[in-house]
Amino acid sequence: MTSAMRAPRPLLPLRLENVVFTVGGRLVIDQVSLTLESGSRTVIVGPNGAGKSVLLRLCHGLLQPTSGTIAWNAPELRGEPRRQAMVFQRPVLLRRSALDNIAYALSLAGASAGEREARSREALRKVGLEPLATRPARVLSGGEQQRVALARAWALNPEVLFLDEPTANLDPGATHEIERVVGAMHAAGTKIVMVTHNLGQARRLADEILFLHQGRLLERASPDRFFKQPASVEAAQFVEGELPW
Amino acid sequence: MSSIAQAAAQALQLVAGADPKLTHIVLLSLRVSLTAVALSCVIGLPFGAAIAVSRFPGRRSVVVVLNALMGLPPVVVGLLVYLLLSRAGPLGAWGLLFTPTAMVIAQTILITPIVAALSRQVVEDAWDEYREQLRSLGERRFGAAITLLWDLRFSLVTIVLAGFGRAAAEVGAVIIVGGNIDGVTRVMTTAIALETSKGDLPLALGLGMILLTIVLVLNAAAYVVKETAQRRYG
Repeated sequence: MTSAMRAPRPLLPLRLENVVFTVGGRLVIDQVSLTLESGSRTVIVGPNGAGKSVLLRLCHGLLQPTSGTIAWNAPELRGEPRRQAMVFQRPVLLRRSALDNIAYALSLAGASAGEREARSREALRKVGLEPLATRPARVLSGGEQQRVALARAWALNPEVLFLDEPTANLDPGATHEIERVVGAMHAAGTKIVMVTHNLGQARRLADEILFLHQGRLLERASPDRFFKQPASVEAAQFVEGELPW
Repeated sequence: MSSIAQAAAQALQLVAGADPKLTHIVLLSLRVSLTAVALSCVIGLPFGAAIAVSRFPGRRSVVVVLNALMGLPPVVVGLLVYLLLSRAGPLGAWGLLFTPTAMVIAQTILITPIVAALSRQVVEDAWDEYREQLRSLGERRFGAAITLLWDLRFSLVTIVLAGFGRAAAEVGAVIIVGGNIDGVTRVMTTAIALETSKGDLPLALGLGMILLTIVLVLNAAAYVVKETAQRRYG
């Protein structure tokens, strides 16, 4: 089941036109124009302070652009359940069980009380955490907490999932598990837009790479081309500096 | 020295024998202060949380005033409630002056700002951490306030206790609006004040011991609840 079946009209594509975002006079996002289509996994990379997380928050509606427009094909209406979700670098879970954390998100999305538990359980099963369903969420390990956050997003069947460096604080095992879940969500029809610092991860997950540098979108390319022949000097230096080989 | 020792011994007897007069005073104190705390929570917790998650012009002034109100002098609150409830006052027709209800009103006014100001601080700190996630899930501001209050329930226990401590220990407000009438509005603090000035040290000391014990036990219980809950829920 894809979310497009539930929604009257799909959210995507998302169009950004000349988006500028400033904080206290400092230019964080500088004239970004771009269209995000459904289907592909878009990975945003760039050096620290390039504005990657801010761009993600602008797309998700957590920040408003200083100028320029951000328009969904069919925007969510006020009071309607959200059709997009976001997973943050540090998962924010409530002081209740893993299961109830997901049920809470479902109740905000308007799910009936009767279906919440089953849907929450199903989401936990998909991330491999069903045995921990009744455990208080905030005492789980970092990797488990991030998987609960992903399960919470998945339970909502979002059309688009934004991820802001979801594995930055995790060990390789937990990172692998998160990547598996993200891949599975994508396979189930969710558009993935992810910021990462980990170029290995970008290679493994990306269908396309967006390269951000000092708030400007300098490159948009397939991972193959981006890593082998970056078009800009900045991207070439970034790839060289960040890759371990 | 020996008179103090004697008084202490007699006080222990009063406490151990559950002296009816003493029991009545203790129960009335608990009834008044616990009712006031309950009312303060009903008003103060949602109010504090609402301020924590809202942005409006003049918000800073509201926060400053709220914080300042934590230091309300009990006698001043007593005086204001007295003026309100006295026969000639605007609410004089209710005939509440010198009743336990008047004492509850005075204490509620005294501790609501404490509950509201402290919960505003706690909720605001948490809101910084939760805001993006809750907004991402589509939570509205006031829904978020309720969600945060529940999520912070173990931290709020301490705030509620601070309110209770203040209510149970204050004497200025209840003595003015209650009148310290024997068997009607006499509570622990007013009784201690009176008996000490009369020279009846055993009763004053006995009540003092009970008051201290109640505050100590409640705080210990709250500490244990908070510790256990934090270990369990993180």
